Amino acid sequence: MKDDIPRTAPIKSATFTDPVNAEIRRAAATGIYDIRGGGAKRRVPNFDDLLVLGASMSRYPLEGYRERCDTSVTLGTRYAQNPIQLDIPITIAGMSFGALSGPAKEALGRGATLAGTSTTTGDGGMTEEERGHSEKLVYQYLPSRYGMNPDDLRRADAIEIVVGQGAKPGGGGMLLGQKITERVAGMRNLPAGIDQRSSCRHPDWTGPDDLEIKILELREITGWRVPIYVKVGGARPYFDTTLAVKAGADVVVLDGMQGGTAATQDVFIEHVGQPLLACIPEAVRALQDLGVHREVQLVVSGGIRTGADVAKALALGADATAIGTAALIALGDNDPKYEAEYAALGTTAGAYDDWHEGRDPAGITTQDPGLAARLDPVEGGRRLRNYLKVLTLEAQTIARACGKNHVLNLEPEDLCALTLEAAAMAKIPLAGTDWYPGKPGTTY
Amino acid sequence: MQTLDLAQTPLRELNAALHAQASQTNQTAWQVLNPQGAHAIACGLDAPIEVTVKGSTGYYCAGMNKHATVHIEGSAGPGVAENMMSGTVVIEGDASQYAGATGHGGLLVIKGNASSRCGISMKGIDIVVHGNVGHMSAFMAQSGTLVVCGDAGEALGDSLYEARLFVRGSVKSLGADCVAKEMRPEHLTLLANLLARAGADARPEEFTRYGSARKLYHFDIDNAY
Repeated sequence: MKDDIPRTAPIKSATFTDPVNAEIRRAAATGIYDIRGGGAKRRVPNFDDLLVLGASMSRYPLEGYRERCDTSVTLGTRYAQNPIQLDIPITIAGMSFGALSGPAKEALGRGATLAGTSTTTGDGGMTEEERGHSEKLVYQYLPSRYGMNPDDLRRADAIEIVVGQGAKPGGGGMLLGQKITERVAGMRNLPAGIDQRSSCRHPDWTGPDDLEIKILELREITGWRVPIYVKVGGARPYFDTTLAVKAGADVVVLDGMQGGTAATQDVFIEHVGQPLLACIPEAVRALQDLGVHREVQLVVSGGIRTGADVAKALALGADATAIGTAALIALGDNDPKYEAEYAALGTTAGAYDDWHEGRDPAGITTQDPGLAARLDPVEGGRRLRNYLKVLTLEAQTIARACGKNHVLNLEPEDLCALTLEAAAMAKIPLAGTDWYPGKPGTTY
Repeated sequence: MQTLDLAQTPLRELNAALHAQASQTNQTAWQVLNPQGAHAIACGLDAPIEVTVKGSTGYYCAGMNKHATVHIEGSAGPGVAENMMSGTVVIEGDASQYAGATGHGGLLVIKGNASSRCGISMKGIDIVVHGNVGHMSAFMAQSGTLVVCGDAGEALGDSLYEARLFVRGSVKSLGADCVAKEMRPEHLTLLANLLARAGADARPEEFTRYGSARKLYHFDIDNAY
């Protein structure tokens, strides 16, 4: 063949991409699926696919920076004697001590308290760092019951019964042995250094009827003082919300598939569950069908990043949002200043997700004392507070532009969709049209 | 003796009265009449009081107990003494599913039989069952002791960690990573003590000890099935 004959340009497969091929090679070499932390990395329809319709003539805006736009939220008004009062519609999602370091939990508590909101415990139980620095603390009641203690239950401001998690609906967890230090092991009743398996279902109830009785027990133990949340993974939001309400939940927490995790199978993170955008309208519809929308509050999480995300989630009918991964980034997770160390771990800033290995250069997802000491909880708290403030300001400025004097007054009519998929999922019109794809029975 | 009649007194009042007993209370003896299968009776106790329930209970009786002694003169519904921290719970009759689930401490005595999932995910509690236990008992049990004077159902001790299991009768099947182990002198001593505390008419030498083979302690693809 002559050298001057043009050759077909090499084309890489759109199906067998470099990352796909790399994973095939890794699987072939190891015989085990990939376990990692973080949330879904694939792109799914999300809040960026929605736009807010600011006011002009047909709607009347409020003056930015001048006219009041409230952000306070009350959670748990259905049965609890002491509902949770939050200054802002953004809370910190449950993340365990064990997955996170003690200083990281303290920083979350400090930042949330400064911002007037709550934090949430996780699979490892309640730490003094977190209780001591969180003015409002939600105690997670998890299937594993690691770290479960009735004394801690009684000193919580709310109880969140975790039934599912957005990153892995239906899945349990595994905290690998390298993160099970003596302290973590002591809190979890395990020998140090061995893998801790978290069960995927509660050991002492097997369905919504049992859950109703479990909620009664928790209320009796805590004197009906604090709200009971029920957290579900975003898979079947209409039915799960319906059953949570039927079981007596004060608050439903709905976690979409972009939600984070400390460690689980990559195949779970990327392929199980639904995007939060698709979940909220179904959960709201369930609450409306039951006549309890706003009476049973809806907290949504899973990929919330900006004040625009917050505003759009509220407009779709949520009462508050929760952040997990974004809070860790605010503390300093995946910060480029550690790029050399990320490179040494075979990754790069922004892509580090081996949180289960306990070698986090930022000192957040680790139990290594030396690494954990890198995170200054006071500075971390300040950064988180700043971030929460920005989210709130952004949501407020959007709400004012829509003429709302409270962020909870945002409504679906304040939104349009950029894509057909987002319009169908969020059940709002495609931009520039009055067409609601996927809304049965309409002639739009 | 303080007596509360659930036919007259709402559950909330009963539990509020029991919760109000500080550790130094001199009202140490309580009696609950007409439980009639109610749920969450005497749950969340946190004082060294003695509560006798005169009849059978529903779900979660004596749940999360600390310090108290609860005596059920009947049978117990699902989740009796779940997540117990300390104290003693004695059931004269049978116990339904998940008795003593996730219990961290204390002693649970079931003088009849226990249904499935007895001691599931137990974390330090001691459980003595005079009769039989159902399937999946002590699943993922972390620590503590389960003594079964009768027979055990299928998948006993599946995926357990450091909990100790003693069975006098037959075991229908062992769960993953659960194996029979040698009965050493310290186990005989431990068992004798528990049997005596539980009022069980059995000799330690009649029991077989089961525990973890510890092959699941670190994730290995060869263990997946």
